[in-house]
Amino acid sequence: MSLFRNIGSSQPRWLFPFVVIAIVILSVLPLGRLAATGVVSALNGGARGILTDPGLWQPVYNTVVTSFFGMIVAVVLGGGFALLLTLFDIRGKSMLGFLFMLPTMIPPQVTALSWIGMMGPSSVLLKAIGLAPPLGSPQPLYSISGIAFLFGVQNAALVYLSLRAGLLALPRDGVEAARLAGASSLQVLKDIILPLSLPGFAAGAAIAFVSCVGNFGIPAILGIPASIYTLPTLIYAKFAAFDAGTFADISVLSALIGLLSVLGLLVESRALRGRDYRVIGLSGQIAVFRLGRWRIMAELLLWLIIVVILILPLTALVASSLAPAYGVPLTPSTATLHAYQEILFRQAVTRTAFVNSIGLSLATALGLLLISVLVGYFLVRGGSRFAGLIAALAEIPYALPGVVLAVAFILLFAAPIPVLGISIYGTIWIILLAYLSSFLAVSLKPVTSAFRQVDPSLEEAARLSGAGFGRRMTDILVPLVAPAAGASVILVFLIACNELTVSALLWSAGTQTLGVAIYNLDDSGSFNLASALSVLVVIMVIAMMLLLEAMAKRLPKGVVPWRS
Amino acid sequence: MAQLILDKLSKHFGGTQRAAVDDVSLTVREGGFLALLGPSGCGKTTVLRMIAGFEQPSGGAIRLGDRPLANDMTMVAPEHRNMAMVFQSYALWPHMSVAENVGYPLKVRKISSDDRRRRVSDALAAVRLEAYADRRPADLSGGQRQRVALARCLVTDPAVVLLDEPLANLDRHLRQEMEETFRDFHARSGATMIYVTHDQAEAMALATDVAVMSEGKLLQVATPEEIYARPEGRLVGSLIGQGAILSLPSPGGDVRLLDRETMQRLLKTSGGPSIDVLVRPQDVAIAEGGETAKVVSALFEGERYSLKLSLPDGQALRAFSRLPVRVGEAVPVMIHSGWRL
Repeated sequence: MSLFRNIGSSQPRWLFPFVVIAIVILSVLPLGRLAATGVVSALNGGARGILTDPGLWQPVYNTVVTSFFGMIVAVVLGGGFALLLTLFDIRGKSMLGFLFMLPTMIPPQVTALSWIGMMGPSSVLLKAIGLAPPLGSPQPLYSISGIAFLFGVQNAALVYLSLRAGLLALPRDGVEAARLAGASSLQVLKDIILPLSLPGFAAGAAIAFVSCVGNFGIPAILGIPASIYTLPTLIYAKFAAFDAGTFADISVLSALIGLLSVLGLLVESRALRGRDYRVIGLSGQIAVFRLGRWRIMAELLLWLIIVVILILPLTALVASSLAPAYGVPLTPSTATLHAYQEILFRQAVTRTAFVNSIGLSLATALGLLLISVLVGYFLVRGGSRFAGLIAALAEIPYALPGVVLAVAFILLFAAPIPVLGISIYGTIWIILLAYLSSFLAVSLKPVTSAFRQVDPSLEEAARLSGAGFGRRMTDILVPLVAPAAGASVILVFLIACNELTVSALLWSAGTQTLGVAIYNLDDSGSFNLASALSVLVVIMVIAMMLLLEAMAKRLPKGVVPWRS
Repeated sequence: MAQLILDKLSKHFGGTQRAAVDDVSLTVREGGFLALLGPSGCGKTTVLRMIAGFEQPSGGAIRLGDRPLANDMTMVAPEHRNMAMVFQSYALWPHMSVAENVGYPLKVRKISSDDRRRRVSDALAAVRLEAYADRRPADLSGGQRQRVALARCLVTDPAVVLLDEPLANLDRHLRQEMEETFRDFHARSGATMIYVTHDQAEAMALATDVAVMSEGKLLQVATPEEIYARPEGRLVGSLIGQGAILSLPSPGGDVRLLDRETMQRLLKTSGGPSIDVLVRPQDVAIAEGGETAKVVSALFEGERYSLKLSLPDGQALRAFSRLPVRVGEAVPVMIHSGWRL
């Protein structure tokens, strides 16, 4: 007979230590190391050096200005789309929603490249139709306003999602009551719906601002050629010109980024202070408002926006990738697949990047699958009083801008690991660890919500059938959470494959990722090769999003981020 | 197999003052069918979950024969207890077919697949579901799901079968059919069964023993007949049968069953120390010469009227009547017997 100590809860003895070790390595250690370096350099007076450097304040100003105006653009675009698509009788809603999501899922450096291909004197697209400005005229996107505008395009979908979630949670009976009270459609919209959707607006705006502050790909491609630096690109530049004070400097800079992000969120909560908008009563799809003869106008406007922010830039990207050389006009006779041959078969650098990115993404997705299933089970069924703390710690790395997280991992692993004496700095393993940390929340959320939907008695019935922990996991629980777990694997793979910010700081020779390869090709002037690689990445993104879309019906609510 | 013994069992959940289960001692004889009866929140489900091993006792012990199952220090994991349970929600695994659900306990015990197939089809035959072996639980009706859950208990010859309000989600017609199935199952398997319910009619109809619980405490354990005829205390009295409890002057002595003369005498007197007397509606007759009572409500139930009456001092009484009576009318009532609680 076997007697165990306190096993009324169903978890094996090793589960709690496993969860704690995973969270310590992926969250507590890197964040703690970053905070410690920041505090130490502040105490040593090292921080004063960089904080009094006039070269610092211009990038801070640039970051704030581009992020603020980026947020405004995102709110206008995303808010407009969310209101029109959720509340009105627009045709082709799911198609429009899916297309509007794409710019967010496409890596930011690809967005920047495609817009460069669309505008400016060397635009293959403009040349092909004879509208290109004369050579030598400035590229209009290499500016503060260019960066801000693309920030807005890139993050509009974040506002869209946040506001749409708020609109879908509105009380239907509240709207119906206003109707019965005699309010017209317009009055209902103005007096009931818009005030109630304010939290969704504010939350979306705050997320968009924070995301802009941490964005590296767009200012790297648009800003650096014009010597316009933001905080993330300044960290990158400091890191490229490595010297004795670099570690102290970048930890202070990443603290500044963290501070700006927190400020953005504080402004949001201040804007909402004193407004308790918890929705009471039935929520559900609000009766759709009829636009009547305005409908065709609204639909035209929405499709026009999709064409401008998505279809034209991507067409320009494809055109650039087919052009024989930078600046040569594209005609049916000059079009060539040379760039694709080059990146797929000749250039060792891009081939390595493909292998690295796909390998890293697979390892991250599958590693996180294992971690999320065990941590998710622990959070939902463990009955531990630390569950809240652990869930919060798992969330933080994802909420932090990628640059900050990368700096934390650099600080943590710059020296060889104590006791073991091995150094993973400069190897692919440090990128893998940073990915595991950064995307833990992406993977954990769907799995945890799937576990919450599983009736505890299903597991208890298996226990009484005689099944131990491993047996219950493989036979009962994993099959039940499989759809959500599968979706989280695809989602993590998708995000990791397109990632640039973390790997831009952590790569070294031989460990470059696709994001780094695109950036480096553009940086070295091979615009057509960078475009071709970008086209392949965009195709991969769309394929995986379509796969998730096809799975969406079988998944718990909220697993596929753009479905509601 | 052996007796299941609960010895001074108690359970406190963190953060609450009151014990969910308080000092419950109970012996379930081998092959017995015990109903744990009580209002919701009385701790009966917690007792069941401690027997299954899902909760650890805060005090006391659980033994199966001379095998200790749990105390406040250690406990045997549910997977090693050789018990089976029918859950209120049935707990069928949605990704497995009916046959896979029923056969899972055998698969875990590494029974060969031929043997497994034979035992699964025997179990499905016992609940008349042979034709549904390849269906998914989602394709079955509530009663059929219930029977699959029962078949899953049947396959392994468990020492103890636990049933957690298994009929709560079924309609009245299906309930009667399932009660039949449970009785069959008990007679056939000879397993010790523990059945949690808040429905006293269900408990009476099924069990060989009824244990009444309230607020974590065990009030009385007896056979259904005994507990109906001789309930102990106000709480059990009010839970079992549809009787009314009257507060009457003490007749003195220790006679429990009060006859008609005593009842009529007590209704007329007043003052002195009082006692609680349980009066069942079938013992109340509307007859000349009795005490006058006012009709508060009269509900036609088909074969008779069910009356709520009010005695002159305001105490409520229930009675049946073959003839219609009007609300507000004063009628003479004769109480044939009462049970002193």
